[in-house]
Amino acid sequence: MNKEGIITEGSVAAHGHDSAAGHHGHEHHEQHFVWKYIFSQDHKMISKQFLITGIIWAIIGALFSVFFRFQLGFPDTSFPIMEKMLGEWAKGGKLSPEFYYALVTMHGTILVFFVLTAGLSGTFANLLIPFQVGARDMASPFMNMLSYWFFFLASICMVVSLFVETGPASGGWTTYPPLSALKEASLGSGIGMDLWLMGMALFVISSLLGGLNYISTVLNMRTKGMTMTRLPLTVWALLFTAVLGVLSFPVLFSGVVLLIFDRNFGTSFYLSEIFIGGKALPHIGGSAILYQHLFWFLGHPEVYIIMLPGMGMASEVLSTHSRKPIFGYFAMVISMIGITVLAFVVWAHHMFVTGMSPFLGSIFVLLTLLIAVPSAVKVFNWLTTIWRGNLRLNPPMLFALGFVSLFISGGLTGIFLGNSALDIHLHDTYFVIAHFHIVMGVSAFFGMFAGVYHWFPKMYGKFMNNTLGYIHFFITFIGAYLIFWPMHYEGIAGMPRRYYDYSAWESFKQFQSINGFISIVALVVFLTQILFVFNFIISIFKGRKVTTQNPWGSTTLEWTTPINPGHGNWDGEIPEVHRWPYDYKDDGNGNDFIPQTTPLRPGEESH
Amino acid sequence: MSGFILISLIILVFVVIYQIAKASEYAAVLRGEKKINGQVNRAIALLLLAMFPLGLWGLWECHVYFKDMMLPVAACKTGVAYDQMFNVTTIVTGIVFLLTQAVLFWFCFKYQSNEKRSSFFFAHSNKLELIWTTIPAIAMAILVAIGLKNWYTVTSDAPQEATVIEIVGKQFNWLIRYPGKDNIMGKRDFRKINDANNVLGLDWADPRNADDIIAQNGEMHVVVGKPVKLIIGSRDVIHDVGLPHFRMKMDAVPGITTTLWFIPTITSDSMKLITKNPNFVYEIACDQLCGKGHYAMRGTIIVETQAQYDKWMASQPSYYATANPAPAAPAEEKSAPAADTTKAISMK
Repeated sequence: MNKEGIITEGSVAAHGHDSAAGHHGHEHHEQHFVWKYIFSQDHKMISKQFLITGIIWAIIGALFSVFFRFQLGFPDTSFPIMEKMLGEWAKGGKLSPEFYYALVTMHGTILVFFVLTAGLSGTFANLLIPFQVGARDMASPFMNMLSYWFFFLASICMVVSLFVETGPASGGWTTYPPLSALKEASLGSGIGMDLWLMGMALFVISSLLGGLNYISTVLNMRTKGMTMTRLPLTVWALLFTAVLGVLSFPVLFSGVVLLIFDRNFGTSFYLSEIFIGGKALPHIGGSAILYQHLFWFLGHPEVYIIMLPGMGMASEVLSTHSRKPIFGYFAMVISMIGITVLAFVVWAHHMFVTGMSPFLGSIFVLLTLLIAVPSAVKVFNWLTTIWRGNLRLNPPMLFALGFVSLFISGGLTGIFLGNSALDIHLHDTYFVIAHFHIVMGVSAFFGMFAGVYHWFPKMYGKFMNNTLGYIHFFITFIGAYLIFWPMHYEGIAGMPRRYYDYSAWESFKQFQSINGFISIVALVVFLTQILFVFNFIISIFKGRKVTTQNPWGSTTLEWTTPINPGHGNWDGEIPEVHRWPYDYKDDGNGNDFIPQTTPLRPGEESH
Repeated sequence: MSGFILISLIILVFVVIYQIAKASEYAAVLRGEKKINGQVNRAIALLLLAMFPLGLWGLWECHVYFKDMMLPVAACKTGVAYDQMFNVTTIVTGIVFLLTQAVLFWFCFKYQSNEKRSSFFFAHSNKLELIWTTIPAIAMAILVAIGLKNWYTVTSDAPQEATVIEIVGKQFNWLIRYPGKDNIMGKRDFRKINDANNVLGLDWADPRNADDIIAQNGEMHVVVGKPVKLIIGSRDVIHDVGLPHFRMKMDAVPGITTTLWFIPTITSDSMKLITKNPNFVYEIACDQLCGKGHYAMRGTIIVETQAQYDKWMASQPSYYATANPAPAAPAEEKSAPAADTTKAISMK
């Protein structure tokens, strides 16, 4: 145990709190509990806040999927436990169709926005950007704090919407009007939808506050010697994620505001020629498709907002645990630039069958399939990274490898859906569900898990339990394929998504038993995730202590901080950077890596 | 209570698993961490290696399971072209899938951590990057070319002689309208909709509406071998006319008219023989979430011969006649429906 380690652990014991209570070189006064843990401006604490809120949301969102999967898998069986937990909505142990759709909608909203956007970027951009660029904190710690608390308010709106009498929003996570605009159209389009819109508006604010901060920190607060080309790929990825968010979330905001106007103030942005609830509405001249353009102008970059952090973290983890530099650092950065730029010009591939001009459609086909090129480059670079490496197959590495496997599987099916001539049959079938759950659901989660297992020692000064990590990986990995692989077949057979029951359909009722099978696997995978959360919580308190500053033998700056860094991260001066972040080679002293802080040896060429 | 017991049981199981996992951690420390880590690493590498053949086996099993559940041969020409393109794309992506996954799992095993070996410092190669930028780009270009060719065929204008049928979605069924004897559909206006006797809001002032036929049971009749053009609309929210057997679909959007056309090539009766399913029916599935009854928004298509179609069509009363039964003077009604209608409406 080194000296810093002893000091830090001593101070932890004295405070009786978790590891965030670090030894501090500069400040000697004790921060009040409220400022330290609740309204904290320390990027590390905010990162933990995002992560733990994200985990709570993930449990809720995943539990919802278990509920509706069981309804779908076993429509004739009654589950009293559902009635116990959901009350009126699951009378007699069966979900009502309205609430089935509400659960589907909230599952999507929660996981896409609250877990894989806020929970993922919020956690790792906050944790890693200041650490890896060598900054004491974010450019504006106060805005950073606000970002979390706006997210918290958005969360409250969404939680409240779960308890209103007419139920939460139920028009799908995309909430297309007129369904979402008209109270007569569905129960969930009542107050539940208002709360959804308010929640999303607050969410956008949170996302912008966070994103602007991430960008300015990366651009302005890099330590001495940390040129842009010496940034770890995680930071690059998180930077592009923030750029995507900052440029596209305002468009969603405008879409949401117009929808609020249509719902409450009698405007006709999205409404035209509608007869509902026994009467013709006065709206004329709006376009329901306009909303879809606004939504998907965010919605598609959103996919990359979810994917990029995982890509960055997988790159970092693969390189570190292969003891080998990431292959094609510049190609990786350029492909991320390609993905970021293309992400803005492919949104209408979600709308091939809305009746849009076929010519416009063909342009979007071209641009969409173009994204396959940078994605392919990344995959080949990852494979070359592990080629002739020295692979430590610990949980973070396994999840990074699983990320690559799932990204390939889910990415390839995107080639089907991006081609309008194939999408015209596959659109809105289970093929789509299989595609996006594998590529941006499970794969992004694997990136996140890799990150959590890898940086847990930095966050809490403890290790997570490896055995549980292995169980978590193998069940989740196999389970993910068992759940989503058969769905491709269902989709090719034309089975539509968002159906409550297929028994009346001659073309789809034969899939009943496989739907039941999928539901059971989903439950097993869900319980395995709970096991992960269990591991996470127990390891915070009882995990094996980290005894060295740099347990993974990593090159990046976060591992030069004390084991339990205080506010300000480094005790003394911020270290200076002399080389790129992937020098996994013999340093001449028996180590297989050279930290970024080590000056170039005489005659050594920089990367 | 049972829920509570279940949850405590799950927690208990977790605690037991955790204790075992923790014990193995202590054991590792006692018996020499390095040695144990090496053993674990080898075991995991083996498991990962096993993952690939296991996956291939699962893939095969899955394929066998689904083989007889998939859609029958496409019932229109563009559908057949669709299936061909689908197969080409599956082969191209399938090759990439198998190769990359094989490489991934093989490398996991082959390059597992080994004390005696050190990793090969290999940071970049422009040649390799160029190769795997160009090859996917070419593959994509080919797929785009095939795709656009099919896309423009499917979305091209329907032939002049196509039978025009209007299909309108509403929560939660399909309304199907035929132009009647004059072969022209009259005007309709959403403000004239009345669920009792004017479900589509036909403008009775327009004489062309008089002979229009509306089927409210969601059953659409089309003639085999004859192009059919669907005029798609919606009364309330967005729906989608999903035709899995014809490999196409199109949204039904309120305020906007969309279209879709195809030439059915297999009659419903022939399809019953092909699928060996006497209950076979072409189904119209709503493919855009439209509310609580979305899953039950089902229509059907009867593909039949011209003779069968003509016979069926002859038996259909005009919508005007069904919606406005005039018990007092049925004869008058039949003779001059258009004129009467105008009066009836203006009197209301």
